[in-house]
Amino acid sequence: MAQILAASPTTCQMRVPKHSSVITNKLWSSVVLKQKKQSSNKHRGFRVLALQSDNSTVNRVETLLNLDTKPYSDRIIAEYIWIGGSGIDLRSKSRTLEKPVEDPSELPKWNYDGSSTGQAPGEDSEVILYPQAIFRDPFRGGNNILVICDTWTPAGEPIPTNKRARAAEIFSNQKVTDELPWFGIEQEYTLLQQNVKWPLGWPVGAFPGPQGPYYCGVGADKIWGRDISDAHYKACLYAGINISGTNGEVMPGQWEFQVGPSVGIDAGDHVWCARYLLERITEQAGVVLTLDPKPIEGDWNGAGCHTNYSTKSMREEGGFEVIKKAILNLSLRHKEHISAYGEGNERRLTGKHETASIDQFSWGVANRGCSIRVGRDTEAKGKGYLEDRRPASNMDPYIVTSLLAETTLLWEPTLEAEALAAQKLSLNV
Amino acid sequence: MSLLADLVNLDLSDNTEKIIAEYIWVGGSGMDMRSKARTLSGPVTDPSKLPKWNYDGSSTGQAPGQDSEVILYPQAIFKDPFRRGNNILVMCDAYTPAGEPIPTNKRHAAAEIFNNPDVVAEVPWYGIEQEYTLLQKDVNWPLGWPIGGYPGPQGPYYCSIGADKSFGRDIVDAHYKACLYAGINISGINGEVMPGQWEFQVGPSVGISASDEIWIARYILERITEIAGVVVSFDPKPIPGDWNGAGAHTNYSTKSMREEGGYEVIKKAIEKLGLRHKEHIAAYGEGNERRLTGHHETADINTFLWGVANRGASIRVGRDTEKEGKGYFEDRRPSSNMDPYVVTSMIAETTLLWNP
Repeated sequence: MAQILAASPTTCQMRVPKHSSVITNKLWSSVVLKQKKQSSNKHRGFRVLALQSDNSTVNRVETLLNLDTKPYSDRIIAEYIWIGGSGIDLRSKSRTLEKPVEDPSELPKWNYDGSSTGQAPGEDSEVILYPQAIFRDPFRGGNNILVICDTWTPAGEPIPTNKRARAAEIFSNQKVTDELPWFGIEQEYTLLQQNVKWPLGWPVGAFPGPQGPYYCGVGADKIWGRDISDAHYKACLYAGINISGTNGEVMPGQWEFQVGPSVGIDAGDHVWCARYLLERITEQAGVVLTLDPKPIEGDWNGAGCHTNYSTKSMREEGGFEVIKKAILNLSLRHKEHISAYGEGNERRLTGKHETASIDQFSWGVANRGCSIRVGRDTEAKGKGYLEDRRPASNMDPYIVTSLLAETTLLWEPTLEAEALAAQKLSLNV
Repeated sequence: MSLLADLVNLDLSDNTEKIIAEYIWVGGSGMDMRSKARTLSGPVTDPSKLPKWNYDGSSTGQAPGQDSEVILYPQAIFKDPFRRGNNILVMCDAYTPAGEPIPTNKRHAAAEIFNNPDVVAEVPWYGIEQEYTLLQKDVNWPLGWPIGGYPGPQGPYYCSIGADKSFGRDIVDAHYKACLYAGINISGINGEVMPGQWEFQVGPSVGISASDEIWIARYILERITEIAGVVVSFDPKPIPGDWNGAGAHTNYSTKSMREEGGYEVIKKAIEKLGLRHKEHIAAYGEGNERRLTGHHETADINTFLWGVANRGASIRVGRDTEKEGKGYFEDRRPSSNMDPYVVTSMIAETTLLWNP
């Protein structure tokens, strides 16, 4: 499904404003001056890895990076992106295409060296990339694109780490498409200083003051890395990702962005592309991104990926009953969900720091210490959505979203199990 | 500071017809690139309209002091991404005043092979995957590596993103656009298995143009690293030990290979290459024996091995080609410091002109 919005692109901080091919002396100098100002703003607090040579006084690499090739060539650059062997590492490489492309079906399949990503043996190393979603490239501008792909054997089977294929099957099921499942995903992440891998802004070898002042904070002593969060916000909007908001998190150096509401498999594609943009930006900024669910042990919040979910029936009159039935189903498959909700989640889901213990399933209205939280709005209106607070920040959104749809729309418990669970959770359905 | 920037970026087309042509040639080591610029009275798009020129061969190890003039014959024109406007880069090769190619001029012999009617008829295509390593200036240690130490072992770096895994992307991306602008047939880029190592691909290009384009792409790359204060190395094994080397895998096909029944033609061609393995290896780059060890996705230098989808082979045939019964094959033996004129013409010669 093509994801390019029809709206005109937001001018991104990173791009030089477009200029016509007939360039007068005056116009060039104003463009170059603007570039220099931009670069000095960018460099404050950031380390740019491609340094300016001692002998050159003009940063000509930047000019080349921002070169608008449209007047000279129809060709575009497509960055093919896929998930590597660990299930959380993103990989990408680019290729030239003869002209701009609107729909993923027009893009050629490609392949890569699976033996270098832990996804194939050396003697049979080709893994095939199937293009699935297109986004605009905020780093290269013009008509250049990012392509979210999944990975297949030459024989046409999804390789074991390809979780999108199964999700796509679930989201094509008639019962699921009829219910138009919406997802809003709250991706938390932590920024670390390079080389020492200690959170951004934290004194090296020591800790900042305890949590309290940092959530949505303002000020150099409370908020660290806003430029990355803000640059990411605009980059995602430019790319066509359905980003709905950002905020600074409870642990200093930790942030969150939200993607949604998106329908079905789009949620997964958008979150993965947003993660890609985020790590490209931190790469430029000389900062390390971690999606670890508990980056610092002790009295510090972990990082989650709360997944808000609703179906057509939940959004209509009487939806609250449908939500309660869904929660009941989820309670009976707690173990299956937990095992698919991210590696290392047991370090995060302790029952403290706004989480529910990993072994216990609980739900409640406005209760952040539960596995599933239902908003006061939803309760008051009798319809709305639920928030699954269990997924860790390193979860795979293809797995989590499709599992939610599967458990609530395609799976049915036995009558006895249902009755027992209803009693336990005090759910009258 | 800003006045210098204004001057470097001055667009001359408002004030004069004159253009600047940067004449580029390969120096005495066979790997060092040299260039100097001259003014021409107006824009030029055809190399045959460019004047021959000359340079001081005694300063590049290509001529003795008492008879130092080496003549530059312009062979290919590309747009200059640094000066832009109508300014150009000109790929040249080097001749004695008497009109003979000097010993380090490998283009001349390649051009003869590519003009052979048997070769012309088969329209040979080349796709060259140029790998290279970026080094920190002064210490010559790879970009992003801690001085006096090593990064974590290979695994996370191939096609990676993130400040702890990918070093030097600005250079690579600037190079991509600069090459597109210049008119080079650059087909893609990717981060490589060793951190600080990258690859770009040029092709498919026909005959001798593949090599002209690779040399100009190398030139543009080194101009960009010069600006960025970083050193580019084409050494085939920059860091000994459990670190990948750098190659220049050369993908090749002829008209017959691309048509029905092409797979048989491919197999025959591979057979011939197997019989001339030693000759090819000798011409595939200095220091290749440090790289072709049989480990790190290479085949041992003394062994000739081919296979489908096998990255540990000398020659790899893609699964697509096997399935469709036609296509191309990849010679994985050339090292990153190979001379594309030599390699491309030798492959054409062995497969199209030579018989065992």
